[in-house]
Amino acid sequence: MSEFVRNQWYVAAYGREIGRELFSRTVCGESILFWRTEAGAVAAMSDRCVHRRFPLSQAPSHLAGDTVVCGYHGFTYDQGGACVAVPGQTRIPRTARLTSYPVTELDGFVWVFIGDRANAGSTRVPRAPWLDMPGWTAVSGMEPLAARYSLLVDNLLDLSHETYLHGGYIGTPEVAETPIVTRVDEEAGIVHVSRRMADAACPPFYAKSTGITGRITRWQDIEFTPPCLYLLHSRIAPVGVLPGADGADPDAFHVEVVYALTPETEHSTHDFWAVARDFALDDQGVSGFLEENNRTVVLQDVAALNVLERVIAAEPDGYQELSINIDTGGLAARRLIAKLR
Amino acid sequence: MTGRKVLQVDWVPGSDQLRGRCHCGAESVADDPVAMWKWLLDHPNHWPDHQNHPSFVRREAP
Repeated sequence: MSEFVRNQWYVAAYGREIGRELFSRTVCGESILFWRTEAGAVAAMSDRCVHRRFPLSQAPSHLAGDTVVCGYHGFTYDQGGACVAVPGQTRIPRTARLTSYPVTELDGFVWVFIGDRANAGSTRVPRAPWLDMPGWTAVSGMEPLAARYSLLVDNLLDLSHETYLHGGYIGTPEVAETPIVTRVDEEAGIVHVSRRMADAACPPFYAKSTGITGRITRWQDIEFTPPCLYLLHSRIAPVGVLPGADGADPDAFHVEVVYALTPETEHSTHDFWAVARDFALDDQGVSGFLEENNRTVVLQDVAALNVLERVIAAEPDGYQELSINIDTGGLAARRLIAKLR
Repeated sequence: MTGRKVLQVDWVPGSDQLRGRCHCGAESVADDPVAMWKWLLDHPNHWPDHQNHPSFVRREAP
């Protein structure tokens, strides 16, 4: 049985990736063709011609106005996936239609609905507004992960691994040492994992971007909306500096770390990442530093999870695991994902 | 999240124990997260199954 959670929205691309060139990305095992109409809307449809399955993203397939022309025999499709021309005859077979996908652009992401399209309108699209919001500056990227989606969920829901895998970047001893609070909102289907460090070393990622030189109060508040969107609300401030009673927090630095976890196949995942900040908004040096550093951190995860995937894939099903306190959030996420299946 | 159906697990500071609180107000402690989630997801049957647990704490629903 497929492990994919269907009838859900997934991030398929950044909006900047989709233009007037044909673009293909596989989501939950489905090869999807994306392109922008002349009016700027994103169109999404199967990346396989109904005739002989030639990939429509493959040259010499091309756009002609708001149609896609298959580069093999010329079958031509409109933005809804309907075939509007076939070679050498006027009759177009009734079955000549590509599967089309509901899409929506939000917060710089292109979301695609995988499942019965009748359910798309009633299914929540989670938000990451800081990626496209006045008062915030964001850097972002995507790394291909040759590992199953569930390994990335485990990774992101337990940040104690920062201490060991990301030392010298975002990890300090206090991350693994600090107890977590896990909350599951059963109605919203959201997992929250909170780690509040009152007096911690400031890792280079934050020291160099904020300019803080001493120890810090560091809050990590995870908000995971399965299956796809993960937010890490990160608050950094000099030790002892807390928000005011009214919630105002002018003396802290806020970073929103966003991940979109999109299964590609049963054994590979699109690892979208973004870092938004509310300070040094126009400082290109800070943007460049955070982009390079976060990508390095993501690639450290990718290297580890790729190894783990190969190990797990070679083991018989039902391998033994051991869970300890740090895994409380990860186990909660697994349960919510299982409920969605 | 006040008033919502929330399950909460606190890693008790200074210990290795987890304290769980169901949305119904029942609380218990456990030594590992698998046991903790098992207890929480037993709702509404927490009481009969766990009242003999030495660390079980019974609270009335708010």
